Amino acid sequence: MSKQPILEIKNLSAGVEGKQILKGVSLTINAGEVHAVMGPNGSGKSTLAAVLAGRDGYDITGGEVLYNGKDLLDLDPEERAREGVFLAFQYPVEIPGVNSTYFLKAALNEVRKHKGEQELDAIEFLALVKDKMKLLELKDDLLKRSVNEGFSGGEKKRAEIFQMAILEPKLAILDETDSGLDIDALKVVSNGVNKLKRADNAQLVITHYQRLLNYIVPDFVHVLVDGHVVKSGGKELALELEAKGYDWILKREVASV
Amino acid sequence: MSTATETIEDLVKTEYKYGFVTDVETESTPPGLSEETIRHISAKKNEPAWLTDWRIKAFRHWQTMPEPTWQFVKYPPIDFQAISYFSQPKPQANAPKSLDEVDPKLLETYEKLGIPLRERGRLAGVAVDAIFDSVSVGTTYREELAKKGIIFCSFSEAVHNHPDLVKKYLGSVVPYTDNYYAALNSAVFTDGSFCYIPKGVKCPMELSTYFRINAAKSGQFERTLIVADDGAQVSYLEGCTAPMRDENQLHAAVVELVTHNDAQIKYSTVQNWYPGDENGVGGIYNFVTKRGLCKGKNSRITWTQVETGSAITWKYPSCILLGEGSKGEFYSVAVVNNMQQADTGTKMIHIGKNTKSTIISKGISAGRGQNSYRGLVEIRKSATNSRNFSQCDSMLIGAKCGAHTFPYIEVKNTSSSVEHEASTSKIGEDQIFYCNARGIATQDAVNMIVNGFCKEVFKELPMEFAVEAQKLLGVSLEGSVG
Repeated sequence: MSKQPILEIKNLSAGVEGKQILKGVSLTINAGEVHAVMGPNGSGKSTLAAVLAGRDGYDITGGEVLYNGKDLLDLDPEERAREGVFLAFQYPVEIPGVNSTYFLKAALNEVRKHKGEQELDAIEFLALVKDKMKLLELKDDLLKRSVNEGFSGGEKKRAEIFQMAILEPKLAILDETDSGLDIDALKVVSNGVNKLKRADNAQLVITHYQRLLNYIVPDFVHVLVDGHVVKSGGKELALELEAKGYDWILKREVASV
Repeated sequence: MSTATETIEDLVKTEYKYGFVTDVETESTPPGLSEETIRHISAKKNEPAWLTDWRIKAFRHWQTMPEPTWQFVKYPPIDFQAISYFSQPKPQANAPKSLDEVDPKLLETYEKLGIPLRERGRLAGVAVDAIFDSVSVGTTYREELAKKGIIFCSFSEAVHNHPDLVKKYLGSVVPYTDNYYAALNSAVFTDGSFCYIPKGVKCPMELSTYFRINAAKSGQFERTLIVADDGAQVSYLEGCTAPMRDENQLHAAVVELVTHNDAQIKYSTVQNWYPGDENGVGGIYNFVTKRGLCKGKNSRITWTQVETGSAITWKYPSCILLGEGSKGEFYSVAVVNNMQQADTGTKMIHIGKNTKSTIISKGISAGRGQNSYRGLVEIRKSATNSRNFSQCDSMLIGAKCGAHTFPYIEVKNTSSSVEHEASTSKIGEDQIFYCNARGIATQDAVNMIVNGFCKEVFKELPMEFAVEAQKLLGVSLEGSVG
């Protein structure tokens, strides 16, 4: 059986206010795969996540992105989400007064409506929540509070992965999920992500540090420098980077020009 | 893909759902205001001489008063001679004795507004007095209430059937000398609701008045008086709508509440007068005086208001905390969109010992709307050990609207404490995108964020109206973010 591509990024260029940030990125992620994109600060990692999720304010200047064979960039952000694209935010946003459970139920029901499935009522939803809570060792009072309001950094990230568990995306993009996490929280979050891996979905893990990849083991690693993928390889590439630092790649880049 | 600024400023038209006109023959007095007009209204209503005299006194006082200008709202001068002060559906020679005799067109109007007055379709558990232009067209559930000794009827009926109560309390909280619009109202008021809850009775259902302005070139000047005797409790709701017209119409009401010892009144308003169009043409001027007197010990008055309509909203539902240990509360959501203006807030006057007041105000500004909170917390020397907590939050949607806060605090003793918190936030692109990224469309996201912002107020509303208010908020802000 040939591999089923979920995401195909072809020669993507994008920028903000006339400044080019992504300069022709290509990447294909197949069902069942975990890809990591690593890179130094300012290399365009977060821009890549934002463009894929459809955040306003970015100009696409070239290339295309296919998601399940369809033009992803043509969809509004909410349509992408309903189609199964999930972005775990680097900085999850607080929404005071909006109950977390209510928010998540609204989100799930949007996805279900889109798929032509029946919306879940409060009781059915709570049963689902209970089931998924165990996955992330989440305190249930978190879900009684307003969306991300007053959550610690770790709680916010856990809540993001919990949302992912509920929404069961086809493509999960984790934007620097490890930032601000201590080692215990990192383990819990990674563990959750690993349990959500299936043969029919894919994960794109964006990170600055290798340490996250000790727990979420990627099938492929791509190194993003100055808007280009300068090197791709297996999981051992991450270790090599960790040992030698980004300078090693940067120097090789310069040498190869 | 649109840019961030466009997203938030792209204002589109809001449809006002209640803008229809009921085609009934009305009988209106010609525009104009004089002692003769007032005598005419009083005669039409067959009023006793004491009330006619009271009106005339109020009118004469009004003529001596300058029109106030301190409010933070702008409007062209009002020509008080161009307003018709009395308008009622014909025929009204014999007031309908029961709802079966009410013009079916009027009943239909209220059906359309979601306020069924017919026996069959009545709102379960809510007694309604329906005011159409200047007169009450019907009050539901009155027999059932009468069994408990509760009086709930139109103001006109109360004048005839319960003159002692009306005489005792009319003007006792808001005297006709109080302010310009209260004086005007006292002179020309036409109808309204009257409610008396006797000692020790807890009203078994929500009482409600639904105000509808229908006739053109008319004003609505109604008066509501609610008295809760010792230990009595009542929850009261008012709703308001009007047709869409190009002219501005004046609504200058007076509401007076009185609570005796240990009594409680909860007064909730869902105000949805026609706000005018997106260019600020038409709409209701909602200039209202609402005040409650906590006369007895440990009594309590709660004002909850959700103000989404009107071209201009200008009112301060207030509490005079006279009785020892009495409590005043004010929970408000005021929304302005397009060209709407609001200057609203409350006054908490602490006179009795150990009195407490709470103020929670949520102002939401969108379009080119201007929203002001103005509030007075006055703790007099006699009000020892009193407390106030005020929280005034403003939310801005877009870059062309405004939010303003004018708090006045006067404390005349040293044993009392006053806390004031205020915040202003902008509905964030970040918040909207976060919702989008979870599959929630922008308009739903705005509703969700705004409702979250108003949660503390909505939870004070009776259940079925809280749902109504949330929907209303959604409609009011429709198109504020495109």
